[in-house]
Amino acid sequence: MPSPYSMVNKRINTPTVMAYVKGTSQSSAHDSPPRQPALVKSRTVDSGARVVARNVGRRFTTASGSVDACVDIDLTVEPGSFCVVVGPSGCGKSTLLRMVAGLDHPTTGTLDVSRLDGRAPTNAMVFHGRTLFPWLTLQQNVAYGLKLSGMDRNARLARARELLGMVGLVDFQRAWPHQVSEGMRQRTSIARALAVNPDLLLMDEPFGALDEQIRYLLQEELLRIWERTGKTVIFVTHSIDEALILADKIVVMSAHPGTIREVIDVPFPRPRFMTEVRSDPAFADLFTTAWSILREEVETGGAFTEGTA
Amino acid sequence: MRRRRSTELTLTIAGPVILLLVWEVLSRTETINPLFWPPPSSLWETTKTLFLEKDLLGDIGISLYRIIAGFLVGTVPGIALGLVMGLFWPMRIFLMPLASAIYAVPKIAVLPLVIIMFGIGELSKIMIVAISIFFLVALNTMSGVLAIDTQFRDVARNLGASRWELFWTVALPGSLPAIFTGMRLSLGFALVVIVGTEFLAADKGIGFMIWQSYQTLRIQQMFVGLVITGIMGWALTLLLDLIEQVVVPWRTAGEEA
Repeated sequence: MPSPYSMVNKRINTPTVMAYVKGTSQSSAHDSPPRQPALVKSRTVDSGARVVARNVGRRFTTASGSVDACVDIDLTVEPGSFCVVVGPSGCGKSTLLRMVAGLDHPTTGTLDVSRLDGRAPTNAMVFHGRTLFPWLTLQQNVAYGLKLSGMDRNARLARARELLGMVGLVDFQRAWPHQVSEGMRQRTSIARALAVNPDLLLMDEPFGALDEQIRYLLQEELLRIWERTGKTVIFVTHSIDEALILADKIVVMSAHPGTIREVIDVPFPRPRFMTEVRSDPAFADLFTTAWSILREEVETGGAFTEGTA
Repeated sequence: MRRRRSTELTLTIAGPVILLLVWEVLSRTETINPLFWPPPSSLWETTKTLFLEKDLLGDIGISLYRIIAGFLVGTVPGIALGLVMGLFWPMRIFLMPLASAIYAVPKIAVLPLVIIMFGIGELSKIMIVAISIFFLVALNTMSGVLAIDTQFRDVARNLGASRWELFWTVALPGSLPAIFTGMRLSLGFALVVIVGTEFLAADKGIGFMIWQSYQTLRIQQMFVGLVITGIMGWALTLLLDLIEQVVVPWRTAGEEA
């Protein structure tokens, strides 16, 4: 598996990269010269959190009995790596993510999020669905986490503006969430999570509600952002395809109760471009491997029969 | 788009105009008794006289004062209680039966009690308005808090919001649309209650004026009172709409490109 730290940007002149640079407007053009060395530094020095789960389980107790959302999760996500979790509906993917985020707690096992330098790690989550605050403009939404951290008004709005520039939405900073498209909202959510500069970025089906073309664009955008910032990412999705394009490591989960079936290493070189990944013969092989496991899970896990009943 | 707007405007004005025209014609041809249904055009003179020779402006002023003061006295603690009930489930369970029961009592029925408690002066008029809208605002605010998507709370917590910050940045703004719905309904209630109260226990105000006109069979004067009550309700709603546009801009802002 190639190191995610490799920063050989030999493809700088390919059309894909150019389109990306153009798409992110003036701010990246201004910032890129000083940003490059800073990035290399942030990558060689440790950045990103490490996540270690040992025997993690979460049981929900309701009036009608108890349900195990997930059991026996053993997982290590290395700092700065991109981990994608795939699995059938109801396999506890979101529960796992919420526990990593600290919004929920395991009922068994231990879950440890740490930084190598011992400082307390920070995380930010990009939630599934419409989670921009409707009462804040796009800019205020992105600045929200900074406001909580006590950054002064001008500084946080400037930072929010910069991040909106990174996702190509500077012109929409004063719009309300309901006034822009789903794709724009999702990009804003990502910017909101990135604004607090978390060591760990947690993403719960962030592109689930988008059409395929927008998805492709955002996947590449996410890859570029991740390559520059060196955060640890845990990304939950239904899509094997998406997993193969993004991940260093794919965690395939089983349903009812959710547990890890298989961990697949994804060998494609970084920086990645989706056209190259898709045309790689290994892509088809890995897809087949992942799907054969998942298929079994979907069929035997009851999700399929329940879904069609 | 512009054509649509002008059509809308025409239709908006057309309703009242047609009604007034039909009334005028029926009254002038004596199809309906002009003694009880004086033609609308004749009300103009009466209105002028009332403004110039009687103290109609004073009546309007005192009624507006009672409504607005009562509205404030009822709304502010109503919102506070609603937020508390929405945020803390034991408070909700504890207060819900009480609130639902009191909410269902016709408000004018408690007027004697209010007079006993607050006297026959202005205070009792303000308090009857406040009491009648208090639970309406509280219950609406509560349902507003409960309707906030739990994901918003998760987002805020994930980004490090304390309980207090959760309240100011999520619960309060999230329930503002429902709070305004409650206030809009309250405005209608306040108007009904104040007119009723002035019928029964006042010597000034628009309700008093309507009742007195009826008792002395000054029908035209009574109609003027009715029209003015309608205009007052409309104007107060408009005022509330304007406030809402400032306070809840995200709800009133239209679609953008």
